[in-house]
Formats: sequence, structure tokens, C-alpha cells
Amino acid sequence: MALADKDRIFTNVYGYQDWGLKAAKARGDWDKTAELMKRGQDQIIEDIKASGLRGRGGAGFPTGLKWSFMPKAPTPERPSFLVINADESEPGSCKDREIIRHDPHKLIEGALIAGFAMRARAAYIYIRGEYIREAETLFAAVQQAYDAGLLGKNAAKSGYDFDVFVHRGAGAYICGEETAMIESLEGKKGQPRLKPPFPAGAGLYGCPTTVNNVESIAVVPTILRRGATWFSSFGRENNKGTKLFQISGHVEKPCVVEEEMSISFRELIEKHCGGVRGGWDNLLAVIPGGSSVPLVPASEIIDCPMDFDGLKAVGSGLGTAAIIVMDKSTDIVRAISRISYFYKHESCGQCTPCREGTGWMWRVMERLREGKADISEIDTLYQVTKQVEGHTICALGDAAAWPIQGLIRHFRPELERRITERKGEGGAMLEAAE
Amino acid sequence: MPKVTVDGIEVEVPAGATVLQACEAAGKEIPRFCYHERLSIAGNCRMCLVEVSPGPPKPQASCALPAADNQVIRTDTQMVRHAREGVMEFLLINHPLDCPICDQGGECDLQDQSVAYGKGHSRYDENKRAVTEKYMGPIVKTVMTRCIHCTRCVRFAEEVAGVESIGAIYRGENMQITSYLEQAVNSELSGNVVDLCPVGALTSKPYAFEARPWELSKTPGIDVMDAVGTNIRIDVRGRQVMRVLPRINDDVNEEWAHDKTRHHIDGLMERRLDRPWVRRDGKLQSATWAEAFEAIRAVNAGSSVAAIAGDLVDCETMFAAKTLVNALGSTMLEGRQTGLSYDVSSLSAVNFNTTIARVEEADVILLIGTNLRWEASLINTRVRKAVWRRRAKVFAIGQEVDLTYRAEWLGNDAALIAKLPKTVTDAFAKAERPMVIVGGGALAVTGAQAAAQALVKTLNLVRDDWNGFNVVHMAAARMGSLMLGYAQSGGIADITAAAPKLAFFLGADEVDFANFDKSFKVFVGHHGDKGAHAADVILPAVAWPEKAGTYVNTEGRVQVAERAAFAPGDAREDWSIFRALADVLGVNVGFDSFDACRASMIAAVPALGREGEIADYGWSLPKGGTAKPSGPIPSPVKDFYLTNAIARASATMQRCSAELLHGETFEEAAE
Amino acid sequence: MADVAFPDEAETRARWGNFAWTAENAAQATKIIARYPAGRQRSAIMPLLDLAQRQVGAETQTQGWLPVPVIEYVAAQLDMPFIRALEVATFYTMYNMAPVARYHVQVCGTTPCMLRGSDDVMAACKNKGLIKGKTTPDGLFTLTEVECMGNCSSAPMVQINDDNYEDLDYDRTVAILDALAAGETPKPGTQEPGRHTVEPLGGPTTLKEMVSGNHDYRGDW
Repeated sequence: MALADKDRIFTNVYGYQDWGLKAAKARGDWDKTAELMKRGQDQIIEDIKASGLRGRGGAGFPTGLKWSFMPKAPTPERPSFLVINADESEPGSCKDREIIRHDPHKLIEGALIAGFAMRARAAYIYIRGEYIREAETLFAAVQQAYDAGLLGKNAAKSGYDFDVFVHRGAGAYICGEETAMIESLEGKKGQPRLKPPFPAGAGLYGCPTTVNNVESIAVVPTILRRGATWFSSFGRENNKGTKLFQISGHVEKPCVVEEEMSISFRELIEKHCGGVRGGWDNLLAVIPGGSSVPLVPASEIIDCPMDFDGLKAVGSGLGTAAIIVMDKSTDIVRAISRISYFYKHESCGQCTPCREGTGWMWRVMERLREGKADISEIDTLYQVTKQVEGHTICALGDAAAWPIQGLIRHFRPELERRITERKGEGGAMLEAAE
Repeated sequence: MPKVTVDGIEVEVPAGATVLQACEAAGKEIPRFCYHERLSIAGNCRMCLVEVSPGPPKPQASCALPAADNQVIRTDTQMVRHAREGVMEFLLINHPLDCPICDQGGECDLQDQSVAYGKGHSRYDENKRAVTEKYMGPIVKTVMTRCIHCTRCVRFAEEVAGVESIGAIYRGENMQITSYLEQAVNSELSGNVVDLCPVGALTSKPYAFEARPWELSKTPGIDVMDAVGTNIRIDVRGRQVMRVLPRINDDVNEEWAHDKTRHHIDGLMERRLDRPWVRRDGKLQSATWAEAFEAIRAVNAGSSVAAIAGDLVDCETMFAAKTLVNALGSTMLEGRQTGLSYDVSSLSAVNFNTTIARVEEADVILLIGTNLRWEASLINTRVRKAVWRRRAKVFAIGQEVDLTYRAEWLGNDAALIAKLPKTVTDAFAKAERPMVIVGGGALAVTGAQAAAQALVKTLNLVRDDWNGFNVVHMAAARMGSLMLGYAQSGGIADITAAAPKLAFFLGADEVDFANFDKSFKVFVGHHGDKGAHAADVILPAVAWPEKAGTYVNTEGRVQVAERAAFAPGDAREDWSIFRALADVLGVNVGFDSFDACRASMIAAVPALGREGEIADYGWSLPKGGTAKPSGPIPSPVKDFYLTNAIARASATMQRCSAELLHGETFEEAAE
Repeated sequence: MADVAFPDEAETRARWGNFAWTAENAAQATKIIARYPAGRQRSAIMPLLDLAQRQVGAETQTQGWLPVPVIEYVAAQLDMPFIRALEVATFYTMYNMAPVARYHVQVCGTTPCMLRGSDDVMAACKNKGLIKGKTTPDGLFTLTEVECMGNCSSAPMVQINDDNYEDLDYDRTVAILDALAAGETPKPGTQEPGRHTVEPLGGPTTLKEMVSGNHDYRGDW
């Protein structure tokens, strides 16, 4: 099984060609958009449901189903909003950047169609602040769309009025959480809201809101053009479609590439990344879905299908399909500890377990990295992760806990070795002297 | 009405109730730090986690989850215990555990809940976080290392006090609660954050290191700093009132108290009149009670006697003085010290008829000549609620001030009352719950009262189940004094015109004493302020915490305070002074004890015996003549913190005034 | 940016108390506010703080920061309590609460970059005299370690001012810093010879037609 180029959605993903409207149209974007919209809102939602598209931002919630939660008859006083999550900040993730800077019109066209399908009056694209040049491109692309009559009143001559606004973040991973993003859009700190109410009931400005990932929205026009069955012909049951994979770390040639869902890890790496650095025997572990998911040791990942269910089966997750590959030269404890530092740094501070727990976990991880700990502290650390997991307002607590749990589950002997070796060197004495 | 099961107990809760409230209804205690009944739900402390099915397989924050029909809630499972222990441990890892030097010790939610729900030991070996103190003003002391980031103070400042100057800056474990740029929180309600803070991060600065909660005897009382009648608890050690805290009364003060209520009390220990004084050769000299009484008897005033009640006195004191004055053959009684002479022929026309609690229901509000924030802070918070929750529209005539909510200021000309702009009358025409609040400043302008009363008809303020006409008073004694007849038709001017030979001043310090130059002035009170200064004889009476008493607030609510402390030196309870004077002056007042005094007061004015109830004044308006008021409306409160003799004697109130109203800066002593 | 003590308030007020938009930025601010529904102007706080920081940067020949009076100026324009604006300014890392240099060198140190040699990038910075969290004495460089910048497939990377420099190693980092110090403008993006963006090194394994022309694949559908 191999995805053919004609079945790739993001044909300009590497930016060899111009991102502008003219070039995008020549590649097939904005092609009879109004006709697609003529199918009607409910049919579009049905088509997206039938395509099997699941959210590309990490959680994998069925996109069509999500749209169907939006009110069928919004009022002018309480309009509906589409918020597009371009706050790509998950360590390992770098796909939305490529869409935005090289194929922005797929996103903007998708925004119009998705916004229309969910009866939204406007879309806000929340792009992370650090994507400075990317945001410049996006602003310019949106302006092109307005100038060409593709947005605004009677957008793309569809008879539907729709606006797209770009909002830049300013450096906060947590704003990728949908309710934190809404808070941030409202001009506040990005602190996640309590749910219920869910955004579809009361989101941006208290109005019904759907938050979708960039990739989820950008694939919509092509799915509608080529049909739901086309999209669902890729990938295993429940894991349909094509997907942008982002491979970083210890492969010969890191890259971003669009592939079929459910492609095996081995095939993906062999075909596009020139293999693992030092060969397959040199593979230590893989974080397959961005920093939030637990690592998977080499033996379990090599033939694993890269999709939601396949990675769940090995105790991890597809997340954003951001694959961090680690070979045997990796200081695996440091690699995870650095992720712990990331979560401590990005915790919004609102709720207790995350605010206090992320710092605690990172500090213990740093000691474990050097073996400056007692063996019993491994269990304590594990319990602390369990005290954070599931007890927080948003999923950042879980995301901070899981990488450590994965480390302890698969690399406990390594943690113990460091402690024992340090003790042997008189580390215990040193510690006592502090 | 959802029906839920909590630990096997079936309960039915009102629609809109939370799971936490359902648990409480089932008699289950749910620990919490951030949740507070009177603030918005934050859900951030995660202490109230319970297991709920149907729902995700993880514990839910009960404070934020709506109760729904057929929910099965468990508060006693391993999952819940584990969650609580975990949260407790997280809260404690960076908490300094400096309880022995913390003023919250003994009444600390963190202490109590760690005993009940914590693990009992710590596994945290890292360094603890330290956070610098944040200056918040003369009332609130901060030890921010103790903060558990529940954000109650932030929410209170924004939602109730209406001063958005407290916030949480930075993020993650570096998040810090602070006032804006560590400036003083400029709110008359700042002390409430001390009560709200579940730990010792925000404690009371004037009370710092003064006492431990278990040393204090606690007595219910009624605040006399304004006419709201805030329900308070008086905490006393020995003879000294150590602190005043609000008691919950949803009809009156909810659970708030303003800073003057809380912190004027150091004034109770200063400038006290602890022995009688008699003016001899133009100078006040210390005397015995017998000498003082003899000086009064020697006036031989006959029936040429008057009594002027001050702002802080209780009904029993006024009744005792009234009985004496009546027994001497006089009816010269007045409580409006400063010269107000508004028409009191109908008490309902000078009452706060909407009632304090129902202010929240109003949708269009007109303020006439009142700085409500200073004259009745806790009615102002209700107006703010109406504005916030019901988007009530507020118009105001008077001197423009910051009321903590948006008001449309029409100008400071009393003529506006009789000639409201069309925008106002249009808004009132559409109102379902219209309300007018007339302040003391307006009552001082000739014709303003009648013009305001005319609005009852033109703005249609009174309807079925709603009376939107209100007068807000500032003196705790006011409505009681009016019920007891302390009002001359021309006000105090009628009395000065009659030039009584003998005049009693019941803690009355705001009188223009020059007008009483022909009278022998007897000051019966507790503080050496203006009244004592002008007196010919001073009879030392007791201050409010030192006596039981009945008070009627501005809405006509009769409330009773108990005695909490004892007065200094030779001071005597007010009623007993008038009882003794009766003997000296050879008349009979008919009571020999406080209880008898109160009983005859209730016999005379039965409404004063119905504690907690609002007196029924009927509803009628006096026949107002032609009302053409004009000119600026004066502001009766010049300085919120220094409105009475006790407050003026209080170092804390003086500092608040200097710092918050006059912009002086104070160096904090290094601790 | 957290953990930085605010510079002395009196000095800041003396220098920045009269801050006001330039004509161009005033127009831009109006345009930004118009993106949000009427009455929701507070939504504009983030873009306006960014605009203000850039203006401060332009006035000081640096990457700019947010003096308290500037935050207050923006908050007042949006009818927002100052504390709420301060909360926002201190929450997000891209707002500088203290002055930074002409070049703000932001090295990503998160795991994907770490795995591909961000230690070497840091070492290069260190050996060029840059100290984490500090500005060099010549006012040229401020070094900050930042969290994942989303350039993981071309890691390690550094963001300097508005541009990213990717596929770095020790020597390439030194070269960029040297070029900047010499007043030159290095080519942003990947520093790997022969690499275009995030395709596999040596040329794409997919969509090869796109390299040479704007290929339309619809004909193959």
C-alpha cells in the first residue's frame, strides 16, 4: 500500500511553488466552492461524517459529528463561531506550519465550507505567536481571498456571508486547548474553562463555537470534491484518510510527509526518512504522537500501524502524528525530563494538581536523570503522576503525566541503574552533605 | 427538580443546583477551597472531586458540575479519597507550614482539611517555593508564600467589590496573586478578602499577631457604622474587642462587612470617657457621679429639657432618654443632628421600601443625591449585582463618584428631580422593577423630598409586590429614632429656637453646639469628641459593643445586639444613667432594669419587639406641596473612614483615610 | 515572560509615560480592533500588546518590551482594567517585561531539538558570549531558551527576531551570530545545503513533480 501523489491533499506541502491564490487555484483550490456549498449544510456534515475524518489536533474526535452539535438556527444576537486551532505547539508537531505557509488557501477555503456547514458567521484562526512569518503569509492569503470575493459578503458567490479573521497568540502552549484558546481570543489569560458548558453550547463570547485543528479544516474541500468514499478508502476501519506525519529525532532524514493512515512505522521511516539513524537495531524508543503520549519501545513500535487504534494498542496514541524517534545514543531520562520541564513551563497555573505537580515531577525527573534519588522515589513519582492524571481541568495534567508513566513502564531498569551506580560512587554521601 | 443519589441517599435538589450542593443536601461534607457560594465558580482547587456516573471514568469537580436527574454520586470511594489526598498533598508541598506564626492558625481551611483529608506525611523533598509579599493596603496583610491560588480574592474584587485591581500574574507554578503593581486595594470592602482567603495568605493587618481564635469569646452584634445594620460577630478578649467579623444574613449584609465595620474597633480603646466631668470655671474637670448629677439638678430646668440622639445609639438608650424627657414634661426630641428637617409624617416615605435584598431584582435605578458606596456600601453591592446579573440601568443625580458600576450621571442639580430627561423617563416606562434611591444629601435640599416623592406616581414605582421608592439613611440610630418620635417638624431648629435650659446629647457629636449656647449641655456618651468638648457635664456611657440594644436599619428591619464587652472605668450603661437621673430630677421613668426598659419600649412601640422583622409602616406619602428644588446637592459623607467619634479615634481608620482618600504613603515597618 | 522583576517603576514612567501610537500604528490598532465584534474590543489586547512592543522596539532599536505605562495605554484604549492587561502581558512568553537586545536569540531546547543537537546550538551561543536570560554588554544579543517552536522536522532551530534558522549545528549557529553581529542578514530557514524546507534531505520522496512546476494532480483523479 502506497499513497499515490494524486491522492495527496497537500500538494505544495514543501513550498516549492507559490502559496498565493493564483497558484493555489491552479492546483485545484477554490474550484467551484459555491457548488460544493450548494449541497447544503446537513449534506456536507453527512459527507464529512461518512468520510471517517477524525480530528487531526490530537484527540481524534469525529469531525462531522462535532459540527452536528452546533445549533441549526443561530440568531444574530447569538451567532455561531468557528475557531481554527493553529496554535501548533505540541513538541514534535510541525504540520500546520507547512499548511499555513505553503498551502494557506486550502485552510481558508476549508474555513468557509466548514463555517457554512456549521452555520457560523465567522472563523477566527488562532495562530501561535511564534509563527511570525507564517502568520504574515496567512494574513496575506486571507486578504487575497477577500480581494477575490471568496470571503466576506456572498463569499465565493455562494450567497453566504462569512468572515475569516486571523488572531495571533503570544506564547502559551495551553492555548491549544480549545477553551483556553477561546479565553485567549477573548483577551484573557489562556486558562482552560470548566466543562460543561462545552463550546458548542457556550464558547467564544458565550456563543456556540466549534474549535477544529488546521489540518481537519484544510482537508475538507478535497474530501468534498473527491467524495467521502475516496477519503475513507485509506486507512483501517475507524482510522480513515490521509495524514500529515511529522518525523523528527534520530532518523536519517527528518521530514513532514502526507501518507495513508495506518501505514506501519517501519514503512513510513524506510520510505521517507531514510531509516533509523544507525539502523533498526539502533532504535531505542519512539514517541509517536507528540510529547503528550507515552513513549513506545522499539520492539513494540516497529510494525505498529500508525493510527489511532494501532498506537492505542501499544499503550500510546496517534496524537498529532508527530513522531519523535530516539536511537540508542539517547539519554532517555533526559529526553523525558525535558518534556517534563516543558509541561512545567506551560502549565497555566490555574488548577492545583498541574500547577504543583508539574514542577514536582520535573524536579524528581532531573534528580533521576543523574541518579540522585532513592529507588523508592520511582514509585513515588509514579504515584504523583497518578495524582495529577485525571484530576485537572484540562488535559495538560494528563499530558504531563503520561510521558513519565511511559518512561517508568518501559525503562525502570535504566532509572534504577543510574541510582545504584551513583550510590556506588558515593553519591549517597554527596547527597547527605547537601 | 433533579433527583440524585449520594452515597446511597436519594435527594431532590432544585434545578440548577450543582453536584456539590446535592452532596450537602444529602448531608455529605465536601471539602473545598476555591468554591464560595457568593462568588463565581472557578473549579481550580480540585478538592471537591467526587465520583459521578454517568460520566467519564475519572472524578469530577462537584462545585462545577450541574446536578442531573438519576446521577449516582459517590463521595466515599477509593477514587475520591485518592483524589483528595493527592490534591491536599499538592497544596501542601509549596505551602510553608508556618502555622505557629500564622494568624490563620486555628481557623484555617487548609489546616482543617489536611487533618481530615490529607495523608498525614509529606513525600516532597525539593525546595519549597517562596513568593514575595504584595502590598495591598492598610487592611490586608499578605504572606503570599502561603497562597494556594484559589482566586477567591480575585473574584471577590471583580465581582462583589467592583474594583478590578487584584489579579494573578505570571503562570504555572510562578503564578502570583497581587494587587495591581502592589498598590493598595482601594476598596471599602477590602477586608472581606481576609475572610475569604482559606489560608493565611491574606490576613488582617490591624489584627496581626493580636490573638488566637481560641482565646476569643464571640458574641453576635449589629454594626452601627451605617444604617445597613450589618450582622456581625464581636470577638473579645478580656475587655478588648479584638475584631469584628460579619455574620451571614442574606437579607441584609449577605456575608460581607465593610472596612469601617471591621476596623474602627481600635477606636474603642482610645479617647474613652471613663469618668464623669463637670465644667467648672469654663474648664471640664473630673468629677464623681454624684457631683455630676448635682450639677444637672442645680440647673432647675423644669420642663425646659431636650434630648438629641446621636447616630450610633440603640433604641433602648433613646427610649430611656425619651421617657425621662417626657416625665419632665417635654417632647423636645430630635435625632437629625445636622439640621435635616424632612417630612416624617409617614415613615414609609422615608424608608428603604424595596428592602435591601430585593435591590438585586431592580432593572432601572435612579440614584438621587447619594454616594451609595459610602453611605451604604452593602446596598451599593446589591445595586452592582443588579447591574451585573440583570444588566440594570443606573441613572444618578448628584456629585459624580465611582460607584463601581456604570451609572449615567445626569448632573448635580436638584432641579433635575422634577424635570428628568426623556432618556430616564423612557427607561422607567419600560422598567418592570423600577427603583429610586434618595440619599441624605438630597433630603437636605428644600423641596427635593417632595419632588422625589412625586416620582412614585410619575415613574410608577409602586406596583403589586414591589415598592421602588427608597430613602437611604446613614445613621444606625435613624429609623429607630423616628419610630420613637425623635423628630420635630422643623428639625433641630425647633429645639434651638425653644432654647431649652437643659439638653441631653446622646453620643451626638455632629450637632452645631453654638446654637445651644443658652442650654446646659449634658453629653451622655463614650468618646471625647466634639460633643464632649462642648458639654457642661459629661456622663460616661458605654459604646455599642458594651451594651445590648435594639437597632432598626434603613429598611425598617428590627435587629438586636448582645453585649460583648465591658466599658472602661466608671462608665455606666446608658439606660441606667437616665434611670438614675430620674431619681435626681424627682420623676419616675417606670423601669428599674434593662429588661424592664426594653419591655416598656416594646409596649410603647410594638414593632421594636419583633426581632428580625421589617416594621410595617403602611404605605402612604405625605401631601407634598409644590416642589421646585434647585441647586447642587451636597454630599453628606466627606470622609468614609471618619464619619463618627469612634472611627475618628481609630488609628486604622485615620490611616485608611490618609492613605486611600488623601494619597499619603506609609512606610511599612520591616518585620 | 515570567520571572523577571519589573524594571523600576518611576524610571519607566519617566521614560514611557507619554507613550502613544505612531500614526501608522494608530491606524493599525483601529484595524485590529475591528476584527472583533462590537463591545468585544478586549479581544484585541494580545495583538495590540504585540504592536506596542514592536513600537517600543522600533523606538529603542531593540526587539522591544512592554513598560507598564505602555500596557496601561493599551488597556485604556480597550477600556480594560489595568490588572487584566498585566495578567495577559505576564502570562504569554512573547511579551518582554524587561528590555531585550537588538537581536533576541531564542533557542529551542525541547526534546525534538535536543535530540538533534540543540546543546551544540546553546554551546555556540555561550562561546559567543551569550548568557541565558541576559543581554550581551554591547546590547546586541539577548539569549533565551524557549520551548518547542514547531520546527521539529528541521531541528535544531533558533528564532532570532522574526525569522527562524533551522537545521543548525555548532558552526552554522556561529556563522549566523557572526553575520548578525556584522550587520548582515543571514538567509532564514533551513541552513542545510540542498534542503528546501521540510522535505527529506536529498529531495522529496513524494510529489516530485511539484519541485519543478505547479503541478495540477486533478487530471489523475
